[in-house]
Amino acid sequence: MSLLEVNNLDVRFALRRGEVKALRDVCFTLDRGERLGIVGESGAGKSVAAFSLLNLIAKPGYIAGGSVRFDGQELTGMSDRALRRIRGHRISMIFQDPMMTLNPVLTIGEQMVECLKAHRRIARREARAIALRKLEQVQIPSPEARLDQYPHELSGGMRQRVIIAIALLLDPDIIIADEPTTALDVTIQAEIMALLLELCEKHNVGLILITHDLGVVSQVTQRMLVMYAGRVIEQGPTREIINDPQHPYTQGLMNALPQMATPGERLNQIPGSMPSLDNLPSGCAFHPRCGFAQRADGSERPACCTQVPGFVTSGNCQVACHMVAEMIERERIPAEETTR
Amino acid sequence: MTATATAPARKTPAADAGRPLLEIRSLEKRFSLCGDFLEQLKFKGGRLVREQEYVHAINGVDLDIRRGEALCVVGESGCGKSTVARTVMGLLHPSGGEIRYDGTRIDDLSTKALMPYRRRMQMIFQNPYASLNPRMTIQQTLEEPIRLHHPDWSRQQVCDKVAEVMHAVGIAPDWGKRYGHEFSGGQRQRIAIARALAVDPEFIVADEPISALDVSIQAQVLNLLMDAQRERHLTYLFITHDLAVVEHFGTRVAVMYLGRVCEVAPTATLFATPRHPYTRALLSAIPRLEDDRPQHIRLKGEVPTPVNLPSGCVFHARCPHANARCREEVPALIATDGGARVACHAIEEGRLD
Amino acid sequence: MSTPNPAIESAPATGRWERFRDSYLLYSFKRDLVAQASLLIFVVLVAAAVLAPWLAPMNPYDLAQIDILASELPPFWIDGSESAYPMGTDAQGRDLLSTILYGARVSLIIGFGAVALQATLGVVCGLLAGYLGGRIDAFLMRLADIQLSFSTLMVAIVVGALVKAIFGGATFSTYAVPLLVLIIGLAEWPQYARTVRASVLAEKSKEYVDAARTMGLSSRRIMFRHILPNTLSPIFVISTVQVANAIISEAALSFLGLGMPETHPSLGSLIKSGFDYLQSGSWWITLIPGAVLVLLVLVINLLGDWLRDVLNPRLYKG
Repeated sequence: MSLLEVNNLDVRFALRRGEVKALRDVCFTLDRGERLGIVGESGAGKSVAAFSLLNLIAKPGYIAGGSVRFDGQELTGMSDRALRRIRGHRISMIFQDPMMTLNPVLTIGEQMVECLKAHRRIARREARAIALRKLEQVQIPSPEARLDQYPHELSGGMRQRVIIAIALLLDPDIIIADEPTTALDVTIQAEIMALLLELCEKHNVGLILITHDLGVVSQVTQRMLVMYAGRVIEQGPTREIINDPQHPYTQGLMNALPQMATPGERLNQIPGSMPSLDNLPSGCAFHPRCGFAQRADGSERPACCTQVPGFVTSGNCQVACHMVAEMIERERIPAEETTR
Repeated sequence: MTATATAPARKTPAADAGRPLLEIRSLEKRFSLCGDFLEQLKFKGGRLVREQEYVHAINGVDLDIRRGEALCVVGESGCGKSTVARTVMGLLHPSGGEIRYDGTRIDDLSTKALMPYRRRMQMIFQNPYASLNPRMTIQQTLEEPIRLHHPDWSRQQVCDKVAEVMHAVGIAPDWGKRYGHEFSGGQRQRIAIARALAVDPEFIVADEPISALDVSIQAQVLNLLMDAQRERHLTYLFITHDLAVVEHFGTRVAVMYLGRVCEVAPTATLFATPRHPYTRALLSAIPRLEDDRPQHIRLKGEVPTPVNLPSGCVFHARCPHANARCREEVPALIATDGGARVACHAIEEGRLD
Repeated sequence: MSTPNPAIESAPATGRWERFRDSYLLYSFKRDLVAQASLLIFVVLVAAAVLAPWLAPMNPYDLAQIDILASELPPFWIDGSESAYPMGTDAQGRDLLSTILYGARVSLIIGFGAVALQATLGVVCGLLAGYLGGRIDAFLMRLADIQLSFSTLMVAIVVGALVKAIFGGATFSTYAVPLLVLIIGLAEWPQYARTVRASVLAEKSKEYVDAARTMGLSSRRIMFRHILPNTLSPIFVISTVQVANAIISEAALSFLGLGMPETHPSLGSLIKSGFDYLQSGSWWITLIPGAVLVLLVLVINLLGDWLRDVLNPRLYKG
């Protein structure tokens, strides 16, 4: 059994225009110590997916169905009190903006001590010692002095290190990192990512990394999910997806990267943009932009625009695409015929 | 603003290929940290003294932009790349140095004398959500620059021009009646590009034009910018922090650190053989898709504040190759054999290749 | 902590009416009973005031219609009332209902007039100070500080008393309305100037203003065509509060005898004129106009509160 199992998760936002299905049918698992990347463009639902794991969806959003099982416990229907014992303790979060987590009027030390005391019966001195050890782990120079500094006295990179130290404070099983380096410069990003990777490996902590940067995912994670318009469209081992993406959207996303084209030539763009969640196309949400769904004569493939594709297994990956399903079918039939 | 402005007075590229379109010479810009006169007064040693602190955003930048090229300026936040763009466009007044456009000094021109250059130089901004006036329709937004720079045009001429640029950037003509907030980021950036193209400029400053966009939309906008460059013979000053985009888009690259240019080189040269220690560290930090985890070069410490600039080379405190000379003497940009110009003592002395 | 909202793009509406029908303004109005009731009462009061010459049973300005013998008659629910005067009469025998309708008209004219003046002055000063900055900003804002350090009433009393002393009571009475508009308008412009300046500073840093500048547009056009329309929301919100304030200021001045003369009463001077008879039992001359004044100011303030909640960009980004 996996440490975290998410099944058919459905999240909706009740807006005045009607219900918006922010997340539909999201399934994935995370083993102990595994690093999983969630990739998608803005509005794909990747942050909503992460927030809904700990039931942190703010009104008007709510979890409409599905289950999140963590270490055998069901989290979706859990009381706030019980959830708080898991949040920050066994599953901690890192946000894009460090100031979302750090309180500007408390010193770093006070915040870390308070966090420890909230979850454990522990003396102040002991808590401070743990805090110091965690700051050392995240390789902050002169950690002792940092304990008495305020967040605004630190640079962006240092703040994100402090956030990682806080996330590690209670030795969690899983860290959920929501775009942890998007606001940082490349050189700092590289350092923070290397640090996060090293710490997760060393302490056997699971990582859910939410990002739009395929390069970061490919460097850090073992498995990845690709999301589009509130759905997972492809998941599998990171290397396999990066080297040989199956879903037309993942392929398009990879091909659109400037690294994939000859310098000075046009990039391989995906036409159009992601549909808004309250106005999704029928069938496969990607079909209006998909080269497979649009036939050469201008007509659309009926299956793509009427039927939501289910997952098919291709290699070690799962792909929700009619084209991939058709291809697998075509390969299977001749194989069966020859065996007959 | 008469006939001279209406007829695009674009000379043939061959005629003055020798001279760069834009020359930036020892440009400096500092921002005062203290407010007005009263706030600058301070007691020091029993005496009232006037004390001013400055943020040194750019400290002596020299750059040439040649006709038809795309010069990319890269660097991390706070390196002054956006300040260079804004100073070139006249949104900021330089504290020192000069900017020449097509041979004419433009940084000290009056608002009126600058008008013909305003038409020839246009700017595209980073945030497509803030760069369109929320109370103006797309049609009004696109008509405004045309009416301003071509006051003698008839209504029909203006509308034709708007339709032409809308078509050029791939937006439907019926968008004109709508407002900016009805569109997605990528669509808004198209509209912003259409606004810049509406007055037939020859030089476009693009300040992080795709950083706020999603990956699949970035490709669309980048393609649009490249198409426009080809069809309209544009010259770009392209500010970005995304090195992958630079590698694809730039003719030449200038790497900036703490308000100075540390390396200028043709794109292929820079990516194949980065010379300056900072450029090397920067390139090694790009997250790659490839399997092998490359060791990125770890730099000591962090970028110093631009309030108290380090003496000598601005990079010396973090540079693994720094010596006494680096701490004292400011390195000048020197030409190397690969066509690059590098500001580094270690390279000049042959300590580093 | 907030969860990210999924990117939700509205289906674009085309016409102005459709735009309004889909707007958050109308939506929240439909769900807010207080705002609906306030607007209803406000519209009724304004309509009654505007249509006073047609609605009022008599013209209180016409001395020929006044019957001094019918003075201090109580309103209809008290013994001794006369059906011709449903709200009773004042000490001079004027029908109280008619006088209140005419008085509300004067109060509203002064209120809106003063706010129009305040807004014009304040918006221009705020735009200049915020957009141009530097010395102009420092000068205008210090001027505003000085203006604010005098209370509105104090300035009004000094100016009113001076005008009365120099030109005499008769001249004062003739020009009372424009004079009050001028006094209240001049005293409160800094409220607008500060609000507008703050929003101009916020708007100025947005890229569409930079875009307009790189285009070569003149400062005047940028200020009025680009920045001003984007600062309208806060201007609307403070306008409601300011109208209520101006009506109160006018009432206070009139109560002090420096406002509308009793021959041409506003709500404030009506309250004052009845105040002397409060002890003698004719409470209605003061309390009924007082209640109307309170109701008017209250509904304006409630509407203002609702508008602030709707337009507050921090609560709703639209």
